[in-house]
Amino acid sequence: MTAVTFDAGRITPATRPAGAVTAAATVAARSVRKFVRTPQLLVVSTVTGAMFLLIFRYVFGGAIDTGPIPYVDFMVPGYIVTSVLFTGANASSSVAQDLEEGFTDRLRSLPVSRTAVLAGRVVAETGLLALGLTATAVIGVAVGFRPHGTGAESLAALGLILVFGFAFTWVFVLMGLVAGNVQAAQGMSLLIFPLSFVSSAMVPVGTMPGWMQPVAENQPITVMVDAVRSLALGDPALAGLGGSTGHYVGLSLLWAVGLVAVFAPLAVRRYRTS
Amino acid sequence: MSTPIVEARGLTKSFGKVQALAGLDLVADPGQVVAVLGPNGAGKTTFVRSVATLVSPDSGELRVAGVDAARHPAQVRRVIGLAGQYAAVEPAMTGRENVTMVARLYGQGRRQARANAAVVLDQLGLAEAADRPVGTYSGGMRRRLDLGASLVGAPRLLLLDEPTTGLDPRSRNELWEAIRGMVAAGTDVLLTTQYLDEADQLAQRIVIVDKGRVIADGTPDELKRRAGRDVVEIRAHRSGDVAVVAEALGRLGVEAPRTEAGTNRVTIPVDRGRAVMADAVRALDALGLDVDDIGLRRPTLDEVFLTLTGSSIDDGGDVTSGTAAVTAAGTDAGTTHPSTDIAA
Ligand SMILES: Nc1ncnc2c1ncn2[C@@H]1O[C@H](COP(=O)(O)OP(=O)(O)OP(=O)(O)O)[C@@H](O)[C@H]1O
Ligand SMILES: [Mg+2]
Repeated sequence: MTAVTFDAGRITPATRPAGAVTAAATVAARSVRKFVRTPQLLVVSTVTGAMFLLIFRYVFGGAIDTGPIPYVDFMVPGYIVTSVLFTGANASSSVAQDLEEGFTDRLRSLPVSRTAVLAGRVVAETGLLALGLTATAVIGVAVGFRPHGTGAESLAALGLILVFGFAFTWVFVLMGLVAGNVQAAQGMSLLIFPLSFVSSAMVPVGTMPGWMQPVAENQPITVMVDAVRSLALGDPALAGLGGSTGHYVGLSLLWAVGLVAVFAPLAVRRYRTS
Repeated sequence: MSTPIVEARGLTKSFGKVQALAGLDLVADPGQVVAVLGPNGAGKTTFVRSVATLVSPDSGELRVAGVDAARHPAQVRRVIGLAGQYAAVEPAMTGRENVTMVARLYGQGRRQARANAAVVLDQLGLAEAADRPVGTYSGGMRRRLDLGASLVGAPRLLLLDEPTTGLDPRSRNELWEAIRGMVAAGTDVLLTTQYLDEADQLAQRIVIVDKGRVIADGTPDELKRRAGRDVVEIRAHRSGDVAVVAEALGRLGVEAPRTEAGTNRVTIPVDRGRAVMADAVRALDALGLDVDDIGLRRPTLDEVFLTLTGSSIDDGGDVTSGTAAVTAAGTDAGTTHPSTDIAA
């Protein structure tokens, strides 16, 4: 290397701190770049996603009775909802990784709103969820899933899943911040397993033991799955549900708002002060 | 007197039972490089992170460029640039993208950020590698890039936490050069290090910290006079000669020679380095003693500690304070931990 003559005079400093939107967009751009330039991430998550979809569709599917509709039509909406959760869990590890590697220290030492930085992160993670969501939906159609509802209802279902993904991303970001290192974050993310499987996502709740049914029926994943399934099938009754589509959609939106209202402030506070 | 760039008084910080800062006092004047020197767990990182407003001390007072860090952290962040203990760069992005990102977060406009990033990359010798993903950089390049990112906001105070740890001698020299360049251009620097040598090379003032407290403070020369005498180090060819060498050269030193059985090493703290070297070589020659190696070197941090505190650097001393039994003679202090790692 040639002699270094660092001349700070050649740097023109900023006249005022970055605005919240610029800060959020800058941080979001980094998450997106990291994702698209690490193709193995996309490949691994798509392949594992497809694998489980095939297992449920062809291995377990035959043994599960879903009444008037084929199992594939019952399962795919539920499967997409849970796959968003599994993808979202990556946010937890990547937030923890940033803490562990000092990247978060750098960001927090800069004169920008920490809330904006964290929000940018969550928005980017949600955007990435949309990609995974699309991939899973395409595979679902490929293995025989057909929406019974209108096109608008199908789109609404996808939108609802994204809203839910956004809400859960706050939960995962908080988990990552609390965990502080990748291993612990991955450990905490295992909580999604019981949450996903003790729900109506893959099997009708009615087939579970009596004591488990109230838990399964009222937890947020089931509420969400019921709403998405009602939209995808065009009729809640086809999914063995008593209420109206509007009821399930309303309830799931309430859950999403509730999750954000609780977990976003917790995550922001943790990020600002820890 | 001008406002100190850093003014810490009685800072304390505990993490559970561990007291990382135990009443740390440090006042740094602008226009100089201050090196905080200390062993593992001394509290260096905790102090730097407090100055960077990433840690809030439990008690004490902390001002950065005259601004109260507890009350106006956002204002403090406007005057600092931080390069933490581990290079905080995104490996999936190029060097240029990394620096530009930080510049944008400092509030620079798009074009301004790009121009400043180019200046920084160029001046740190990274212009050629600027458009390669950082994942392909060497450790030294990553460090320099990290430094560049902390500089692109033209901060008044640069905080560098162990900037050269893990670098080979050449990369270390390059980084030292870069730091000197910045200082010459008027940036104040607060850096931490575990090497007296590094502090001596870069700083006008050295603050030695142990267990969250300042135990010595002064210019490199002052500290060397007090605690860091140069050392003549000899490695005898035969282990039987160690005692003979120590005996023969003991009179040249200003303290008793130290011997290390496992490596046949004899170290003698001396006052008049070069003259003593010549005497030592003559004395060894006269006795016809076979030596593998002889040299004059700066004292290690451990030796400084020994002189200042009368005891070696605590081995780790992180959580439990049980003193592990010293094993074989000649084991270097401060390197090995009993391997009872519990998964954290
Ligand atoms: N976030 C934290 N949580 C718990 N303990 C911590 C935390 N940060 C530091 N400590 C503890 O505080 C003490 C001082 O740590 P610090 O990192 O400041 O030391 P250091 O001088 O930088 O050491 P090193 O040379 O190893 O980097 C250590 O015992 C460390 O384990
Ligand atoms: Mg440290």
